[in-house]
Amino acid sequence: MRAALERRRHLLDFAVRSLARRPAKNLGLTAIYALIVFVVGSVMLYGAAIRREATAILASGPEIAAQAMTMGRHEMSRDADVAALKGLRGVRRIEPRLWGYLWDSAGAANYTLMVPPASDGAHAVAKGEAIVGEGVARARKLAPGKMLFLVSPAGKFLKTRVKAVLSSESALVSSDLVLVEESDFRAFFDLPPGVWTDVAITVTNPREVGTVAEKAALKLPGHRFVTRSDMARTAEALFSWREGLTLALVAGAILAFALLAFDKASGLSAEEKREIGILKAIGWETRDVIAAKLFEGGLISGLAFLVGVVAAWIHVFFFSAGLFEPVLKGWATLYPRFPLAPTLDALELATLGMLTVLPYMAAILVPVWRTASADPDAVMR
Amino acid sequence: MITLEGVTKIFNQGRHNEVAAVRGVDLTIEDGRVTVLRGPSGSGKTTLLTIVGCLARPTTGRVRIDGEMVSGLPERFLTEVRRRTFGFVFQKFNLIRGLSALDNVVLPALPLGRTHRPLIERAQALLDHFGLADRAGLVVEHLSGGEAQRVAIARAMINDPAVIIADEPTASLDGERVAQFLAIAEDLKRSGKTVLITSHDPRITEAGLVDRLVTMADGRIVEAAP
Repeated sequence: MRAALERRRHLLDFAVRSLARRPAKNLGLTAIYALIVFVVGSVMLYGAAIRREATAILASGPEIAAQAMTMGRHEMSRDADVAALKGLRGVRRIEPRLWGYLWDSAGAANYTLMVPPASDGAHAVAKGEAIVGEGVARARKLAPGKMLFLVSPAGKFLKTRVKAVLSSESALVSSDLVLVEESDFRAFFDLPPGVWTDVAITVTNPREVGTVAEKAALKLPGHRFVTRSDMARTAEALFSWREGLTLALVAGAILAFALLAFDKASGLSAEEKREIGILKAIGWETRDVIAAKLFEGGLISGLAFLVGVVAAWIHVFFFSAGLFEPVLKGWATLYPRFPLAPTLDALELATLGMLTVLPYMAAILVPVWRTASADPDAVMR
Repeated sequence: MITLEGVTKIFNQGRHNEVAAVRGVDLTIEDGRVTVLRGPSGSGKTTLLTIVGCLARPTTGRVRIDGEMVSGLPERFLTEVRRRTFGFVFQKFNLIRGLSALDNVVLPALPLGRTHRPLIERAQALLDHFGLADRAGLVVEHLSGGEAQRVAIARAMINDPAVIIADEPTASLDGERVAQFLAIAEDLKRSGKTVLITSHDPRITEAGLVDRLVTMADGRIVEAAP
């Protein structure tokens, strides 16, 4: 046991000394490798973070949203529509909602104005009050007690006192949110009583969502009923497609690195082959040579992976993935800017490792094994 | 004792550039003696040396070490035999460039998993023995030819093998260095090691320490004396 440990220690020492013999080449390789991990890691971490945020949004949203449609476009729902849905079997709660968008030229940001549902006591606001998201607070330099002035496209003013700022736990859900009281909302957007943006439906049994949506559609044929799973599929398709597109765009760089790695590893130089031959000749077994070379590759790929992942993590969660944000968000660019909640998932790390470390190690293993398993004399010749 | 029976070695067998480097050699190398293989370039002495040292397998024939047939052993066992039995001093020394003299000396012992400190002490003692105490930390590219050869000899001895094999050890050495090598070979012989040398250098072949002189030509042994 002790001999086996000492053997590993000696081989690791040898690998370190061996790498130190060509510092410029190995540092250059590590830097390029780390860059590739950084690029792929940034895209993956960003995509995963967006998906997590989307999941959080959906979890906090209604199980079914009923929206009136005219010629395929979203229209306002009426009190009569709300009444028609009441009494449906399997429905636990019907809540008409008021929400809308406002482009704020002063803050250069798009806000979502919303009336908190009656069932959400924690976010209840009185007339003249507002609860704002973390992004709005940042854009308008707001804090509890400060005044928020908004101007509608029609030139109407809304003056509110900030009651609270929402936490940034899930910034995508709340960053651009301004919660106001119903009469303030209606006055600001010039909405008459009895009209609603849409209707949120909560069902008694979550497995009955599809059935309830079908029954509701029969009652209100002019409405569309968007379920939580519909929205999840849309979000997944949108961001997965963008993530895939970005990875495809950087595929050239990844391929170039793969070729470099393959060339470095498979194209064992005459000098490297000779060294393997010498090691075999002086008594190293094939497995000793492979272990030493894998230690070398492991040190390079481990260091590059660590540097690349840390850089990608900082890039995504502290610099909002500035390099890839336009590609990954596209038209869905959200204003104001929202910070993603920093997380790190073991599965993401493992996937990233499989994409970057495994190919490199395989590219080392095969040619070294082929060289080391030949007779030393043949290798040294 | 190492015995070769009907050993041949053919390179590129079946191709247009097929070469028979060794042809039907029978040879016995006795323990504790200095045997020299001599012959002109291309006579097959280095190829025969690699077969004796288990660095290459014969195309046909058998190699026995102390009665045990090793020529048919799988690679892993052959490595074990090579590691246990032989220490090599190659013609161009074959030191690993970029590593220090000390690092090169310990190389054959690394996979054995010996404790670090005693291993370094033994390597340092060998370098001291060969007058290289102050060169231990030097990268081998900075050593002279004679120093590099003594590092190679120290490396060959780190695992205390029974047989030391040296291929053309004086090919690139001046007179003083040749005398130094002969002194080392004498020392090895006195310590009971079997020494097998290939050389066509008369300073070696005519040296008093040689117990057996084997002459090769065109892949065959043409004379063995005594």
